[in-house]
Amino acid sequence: MTTQIDREHGMAQLRMMLLIRRFEEKSAELYSAAKIRGFLHLYIGEEAVAVAVMAALTPEDAVVATYREHGQALARGMSADSIMAEMYGKQEGCSRGRGGSMHIFDAATRFYGGNAIVGGGIPLAVGLALADKMRGQNRVTCCFFGDGAVAEGDFHESMNLASLWKLPVLFLCENNLYAMGTAIRYTQASLDIAAKGAAYGMASAAVDGMDVMAVEEAARIATAHLRHGNGPYLLECRTYRFRPHSMFDAELYRTREEVEEWKKRDPIDLLIRRLREVGLFSDQEMSSLEQSVTAEVEASVAFAEAGSWEPVEDLTRFVCSERSGV
Amino acid sequence: MSEQATNSTTYREAVKMAIREALIRDERVFLMGEDVGYYGGCYAVSKGLLAEFGPERIRDTPLSESAFVGAGIGAALGGMRPIVEVMTVNFSLLALDQIMNNAATIQHMSGGQFNVPLVIRMATGAGKQLAAQHAHSLEGWYAHIPGLRVLSPATLEDARGMLWSALQDPDPVIIFENNTLYNLEGALAADAGAVDIDSAMVRRPGTDITIITYSASLYKCLDAAAALAKEGIEAEVIDLRTLRPLDDATYLASIARTHRALIVDEGWRSGSISAEISARIMEQAFYELDIPVARICSAEVPMPYARHMEEAALPQVDAIVATVKRMVGHG
Repeated sequence: MTTQIDREHGMAQLRMMLLIRRFEEKSAELYSAAKIRGFLHLYIGEEAVAVAVMAALTPEDAVVATYREHGQALARGMSADSIMAEMYGKQEGCSRGRGGSMHIFDAATRFYGGNAIVGGGIPLAVGLALADKMRGQNRVTCCFFGDGAVAEGDFHESMNLASLWKLPVLFLCENNLYAMGTAIRYTQASLDIAAKGAAYGMASAAVDGMDVMAVEEAARIATAHLRHGNGPYLLECRTYRFRPHSMFDAELYRTREEVEEWKKRDPIDLLIRRLREVGLFSDQEMSSLEQSVTAEVEASVAFAEAGSWEPVEDLTRFVCSERSGV
Repeated sequence: MSEQATNSTTYREAVKMAIREALIRDERVFLMGEDVGYYGGCYAVSKGLLAEFGPERIRDTPLSESAFVGAGIGAALGGMRPIVEVMTVNFSLLALDQIMNNAATIQHMSGGQFNVPLVIRMATGAGKQLAAQHAHSLEGWYAHIPGLRVLSPATLEDARGMLWSALQDPDPVIIFENNTLYNLEGALAADAGAVDIDSAMVRRPGTDITIITYSASLYKCLDAAAALAKEGIEAEVIDLRTLRPLDDATYLASIARTHRALIVDEGWRSGSISAEISARIMEQAFYELDIPVARICSAEVPMPYARHMEEAALPQVDAIVATVKRMVGHG
C-alpha cells in the first residue's frame, strides 16, 4: 500500500463507516422493536466498499444500488434522517414511506434506488450512462450489485451492451461470497468475477473490499478510465457480510468460525489500526467520533419518531405523474 | 366544403412517419431495438431511418430484451425520450421484469421523485401462421399494471398520431401494433398529426347493439356491422384505442342507447381485457342491459400453426354476426 494517508480524509472515511455501522445496529434494534418492518438487509462488514467508491464519484455522477443500500445512501450524502424516516414508513422519508428499506431514492444526489430485483438495476445504469453519452455529459454511473446478480442474465446482457456502446458504467460488484444463503462455490462455475470483464472486452480489477484505502484507489483508477471515455469498468470488491442476509435468516449455511475469522478483518478496525500506526489517531478522538456518530443516529430516530403518516387519501398518488408534459 | 388534402399510405408508413417526425422535432428522441437499423425493422417500419438519422439515434441492439428495455428506462430517467422497439409481444416477456418492476414502479417507489418517459412499441396479434411463440395478444396483461399507459392503434390516423402523444406523456407508454395491420392501406390527411390517447371512439354509429373492440379486430367488427346492416340490424362499433386507462364513458354512453353489449377481444378469454370491461359494464350499467354482456375472444389454446386451426382460434366475422343476431333476437 503506497497511498499516503491524508488525516482529514482518513478521519472522514472512518466517521462515515462508523456512521453506517451504528445506523444499521440501531436499525436492527428498531426492527426487533417493530418500528421498522418488511425486509431489512444490513451492510455491516461491507462498509469500506460504499464509503471508498463514493469518494471516487462526483455529485454529478449517478448511483444505482440494491436492496442492501443504506450504506451507499449514507455515503452518497443522503441524510440519516431521511433514510430512517423511510424505514419507519413516514412521509418525511426520502421516498415518502412508499419504498422502505429496499427502495431508498434521492433525486438530489442522483441516487436511483434501492432496486430489490437482483440484477434489475444493472440495465438502468446502462441507460443512464447512455443518456449521458448522448447528451455529451462526462459523467459516470456507478452500479452496485452482489455476487448473486452475476448469475442473472441482466448482468451479462448489460456488460455486453455497455461495452459494445462504450458507456461510462462502473460495474461495482460487492462479492460477499453468498447469494442470500448459498455460497458462491455452489452457484458460479468460475469464482473469479473480475475475470468476466475480459469476455466482454471490458477492463476489470479485483480488490480487497475490507480495505477502504485499497478500494478507493481501485475506484479512482476505474473512474479515471471511465472519465477518459475508455468504456465501462468492472470492479470486484471482495468483502463479507457479518450479519445475517436479512432479519429472517438463521445462518445455517455458514459457520460461526468463518464469520469470526472475517471479523478479524473488520474494515473499521483495519482503518483505525492504520491511522494509529502512523500516529494520526488517539483514543480521545475515537471516543468523540463515537459520540458524534451516535448523536447523529439518535437524531435520525427522533426525526423518524416525530414524523407523520401520509394520509390514506393519497394512496393512489405516484402511479401516474402529477406533472404535465415533459 | 373544401376537399381535405390526403395521401395514400399504409399503417407501416404511418408508424414510420410518426417516428421520423419525433426524431426531427425532439433531439432527445432515439429509436433502439433488434434489427431496427441495418435490417430496417423486422416489419420494415424503420427502413431508411438509419441512413437519415445515423447510428446514434437508430440503434441496433443485441438480442437482450431485458437489457435494452431496461436501458431505455435508464435513458428516460437520464433525460432522453427513447422509443424502444420489441419485435413481438411474446419476446417482450423477456423484458417483463424491467417493464413491470422498474418502468411502472419507479415513480411510486421513489415517492414521486423520478418518472420514466419511455415509449415501447411492439408487434402483437395472430393471423400470419406464426404459431405459439409469435402470435399472442397479451395487451391485457400489460393493461393490468398500474403505472403504464397501453395504446392500441387500429387506424392509420392512430398509427400516425399516437406516438407523438405518447412521447409527451411523462410516464411509460406501450404501443401495440397488430402485425396484420402493417399492410393496411388507405388515405391519411396530409396534415395528420398527434391524436388524443385518452378516449375510445365510435367507429360506426348504430342503435341496436354496442360492439366494443380494439386493434385488428376492429375491422372484423366493422365487416360484421356492414353485413348486419343489410339485415336491418344497426350495430355501433367502438374502438377502445387506449386499454389503460380505459375510457369507460364512451362505451357506457353507447350501451345506454343500445342496451346490448358484445366485446370482441383477440386475447384469451380468461382474465382478459374483455373480462374487465364486462365487469365494469355490470358494475356501472347493469340496469341498462336488456340481455347479458357477451364476449368473443380467442380460444384458450396456444396459437396453432395450421391456417384452418389459427382461424378457428381467433374471433371471426361469422361468429360476430351470429352472436349479434342472437342478441338482438334475430337469431
